[in-house]
Amino acid sequence: MKRDQLKQKSAAWESETEAGLKKRPERKEEFQSLSGLDIKRLYTPTDLPDFDYEKNLGFPGEYPFTRGVQSTMYRGRFWTMRQFSGFGSAEETNQRYKYLLANGQTGLSVAFHFPTLKGVNSDHQLARGEVGKCGVAIDSLRDMEILFDGIPLDKVTTSMTVNHPAPALLAMYLTVAEKQGVSWDKVGGTIQNDPLKEFFAQKSYIWPPRESVKLLVDTMEFCAKNVPQWHPVSISGYHIREAGSTAQQELAFTLADGIAYVEAAIERGMDVDSFAPHLSFFFDAHMDFFEEIAKFRAARRLWAKIMKERFGAKNPKSMWLRFHTQTAGCSLTAQQPLNNIVRTGYEALSAVLGGTQSLHTNSFDEAEALPTEEAVTVALRTQQILANETGVANTIDPLAGSYHVEALTDAMEQAAVEYIQKIDDLGGMVAAVDAGYPQSEIMRASMEYQKSVETGEEVIVGVNKYIAEKESPIPLLKVDDEVERRQIERIEDTKLNRDNAKVDACLDRIRDTARSGDNLMEPILEAVREYALLGEICQSIVAVYGAYEDPAVF
Amino acid sequence: MKKYRVLIAKPGLDGHDRGAKVIAKFLQESGFEVVYTGLHQTPEQIVTSALQEAVDAVGISVLSGSHNYVFTEVVELMKAKGIGEIPVFGGGTIPEDDIPPLMEKGVKALFRPGTPLDEILAKIKEIIG
Amino acid sequence: MDYAQEALNGSVLAGARLIRLLEEGDPAGIEGLKKIYPHAGQAFMIGITGPPGAGKSTLVDRIITEFRGRGKKVGVIAIDPSSPFSGGAILGDRVRMQRHATDEGVFVRSMATRGHLGGLSRATFQAALVLDAMGYDIVLVETVGVGQDEVEIVDLAHTTAVVSLPGMGDDIQAMKAGILEIGDIFIVNKADRVGSDDVVRQLQVMLEMRDYSATNWTPPVLKTIASKSEGIIELVDAFLEHRDHLVSTGILDTRVEERELHFFKELVKEMAYEKINTAAGGAKKYAMLTEALKKRETDPYSAAETLMEHLKVDM
Repeated sequence: MKRDQLKQKSAAWESETEAGLKKRPERKEEFQSLSGLDIKRLYTPTDLPDFDYEKNLGFPGEYPFTRGVQSTMYRGRFWTMRQFSGFGSAEETNQRYKYLLANGQTGLSVAFHFPTLKGVNSDHQLARGEVGKCGVAIDSLRDMEILFDGIPLDKVTTSMTVNHPAPALLAMYLTVAEKQGVSWDKVGGTIQNDPLKEFFAQKSYIWPPRESVKLLVDTMEFCAKNVPQWHPVSISGYHIREAGSTAQQELAFTLADGIAYVEAAIERGMDVDSFAPHLSFFFDAHMDFFEEIAKFRAARRLWAKIMKERFGAKNPKSMWLRFHTQTAGCSLTAQQPLNNIVRTGYEALSAVLGGTQSLHTNSFDEAEALPTEEAVTVALRTQQILANETGVANTIDPLAGSYHVEALTDAMEQAAVEYIQKIDDLGGMVAAVDAGYPQSEIMRASMEYQKSVETGEEVIVGVNKYIAEKESPIPLLKVDDEVERRQIERIEDTKLNRDNAKVDACLDRIRDTARSGDNLMEPILEAVREYALLGEICQSIVAVYGAYEDPAVF
Repeated sequence: MKKYRVLIAKPGLDGHDRGAKVIAKFLQESGFEVVYTGLHQTPEQIVTSALQEAVDAVGISVLSGSHNYVFTEVVELMKAKGIGEIPVFGGGTIPEDDIPPLMEKGVKALFRPGTPLDEILAKIKEIIG
Repeated sequence: MDYAQEALNGSVLAGARLIRLLEEGDPAGIEGLKKIYPHAGQAFMIGITGPPGAGKSTLVDRIITEFRGRGKKVGVIAIDPSSPFSGGAILGDRVRMQRHATDEGVFVRSMATRGHLGGLSRATFQAALVLDAMGYDIVLVETVGVGQDEVEIVDLAHTTAVVSLPGMGDDIQAMKAGILEIGDIFIVNKADRVGSDDVVRQLQVMLEMRDYSATNWTPPVLKTIASKSEGIIELVDAFLEHRDHLVSTGILDTRVEERELHFFKELVKEMAYEKINTAAGGAKKYAMLTEALKKRETDPYSAAETLMEHLKVDM
């Protein structure tokens, strides 16, 4: 059938259907995706007027990588099942890691408690009540040694979710490897180390935007030379989404952060193809199934274009957008918590159909606490069922060619391009952060979403519809307040059992290096080896860089 | 008519301010004057701010697991500073089991995730009296 | 609790509550104000105004630190706009100043404009008076200046600082009309940004065209980087220098007198209206006269006289 003919036929079908709506109205006047994209009644080839297979999709492992970055994808091997975990003391978390590895998990992912994320010690005034609560407490190399005790660092890959203090935590990890006799070229993993989103998403910042990007480039430079298998940054949309953004904003702000980092590294004099293959990404998988799949596919295609066209990358690997996915924490409900297993299952499916490289599935009890062992096992099993029983991993990018999914992918890419243009006009992401742009965009989006939940326009089962009269409580993990006391004791003990003069000298060197603008990784490594505390290291940097304060943009 | 004045605060090191900001914005849209302290507050900072600002209620958002410490400390400090009668409310990730003991200590309302904004508004007005 | 007496005795709680009463227009507040009035008049009132995003709150935060370092107690009134739709407000200036929250020598009070667009409500004047009487040596009033409406800040402040920032471009031109008049000190904040020297030069050029013979004070233009605490010492020195100038020339006394007089007149007007509304048949008479005026049955002079007669007020 010719295109014109088809167009006429579609129009005729639409008007006929419209006419019938008087008798049988549809559920809603308008249908929209979770992020506000208009969703049509039906998609046909007429929705893809410029569709060109080679240009839009290409083949897996080939530019523009819409269908996936590897040529065999999950037929080669499944995605890495990587459950983010950490709680209480290093000892407790070490046991949980060993449990997860014994149950078929294939990579580790460290969740640090808030004091570590903010670069302060467990005995800091603001840490009261938070020690070990939302992650594991790491104050010095000593805790890191315990955390990976009995886990050979050349046999596992580890992901560490920490941002502004990332250089210090990376230094601790590398020092543990040294002590295990594992050479750095055999150490693999990822550190999140994505400083810009901290200013508008997770808000675990320490120093100001420009300085934070400088420090990121230090780690990129260091890893490129010394730890070739390490991914020194995971450019993260997850927290942006969880802070209330739309899917389009998540995609756009993440890539705009990535652009800022690439520019900074090039400015340092690094060749784009020397570091770009080590960039990795991290996205959220929210509830709107097709929109999420479109987001992942658009991300791969748009990043490939940016790297090739904007930065002139030559190596195809520089154009790869490889990503980790976590199912949406903010989609979990405290009400009827078992429903969360179902939500997580669908979200995980969207991530797999979107071609993720690794996946974390949330546990059903996480709206209220860190997961129990039972809950985290169900979450891991959810992925294992997806991989082994459903057959969705048997072919590559199975939704390609769906009129709906391709149209959504285009729409998602277009929206992101517009946002990135706006950020470029503001002078790039650092300037946009200074101007409060992403902050106010996210505030607006989260307010709109909240209102649509209030009106019932957005249904959340068990919360604003199908509410249970009576709910049966589930057991929750409790972190003992004793952890805080013991952690503070350990800090005191560490201070007594180290060479404090050496530590002071190391901290002086950190300050001097920060002032000179040289790479800070070596001085930080030195300080870590002498058991300098995380807070001491970060405060030495703050002494030069200054501390960032959130402007509270509404 | 008297304006409602409410303090909204984020204690500790946790930076998850989506809830605090949505509530602040919603209260503003409902005609409240909202004094926002921003992130990373100690209980002392929260209480002296409430004191200086002469607010009608103090709202605290905690997603860090430190709710037992924070709410207890704030309520105690407010009593010590002579503003024990100002109602304290809060929200975040607070397991249901932890709510009754905190209410016994003097917290006037704790909202679980998913509580409708209108319900929160009505409750805040009720505890202000 | 006698808030006025307690506030004079140093109770922050009482002072805060007295300000709240005044803000709500509670008559008890006015009673308190009368009581504390004799104790006021000591504080140095500084106004800080400028457009949104100029970094005023951070600047105020650093100014507090500097004055504290010099042993002064500091009160702050930070004003944010009320929403014209809901009447509510988010008062977020405190965010920048929370490091001082537990310092007993610092009192920060956030206030909404409540319809007084850009300007100051009477409650702001009253709150400043309370802080003054409570013994705060310095009272800083931070307002958002957007062009024309911030003029009232000079009615309150002894010294008014106008904050601008690089990259404002044409805005400097636009703001010159209202704002050049009121600034005793001009601040170019975020001076580490590109274009700061241009703003300084533009301001200087515009200021040079003005005549300062009446006050004998040529406003300085100072550069600050509040986020890095740079230029703050010089700024505080400039505040004090201006204050000394106002004292030595007698301008301060004149300004204070003018302000009191202005207040007095305002109050008299208000009370006269109040009386019309409360006197027997007053409101009715007022309405009748209004109607008569509309129909041109009388003239404004006769109407006013008739009303005064009715109220038994001798003209």
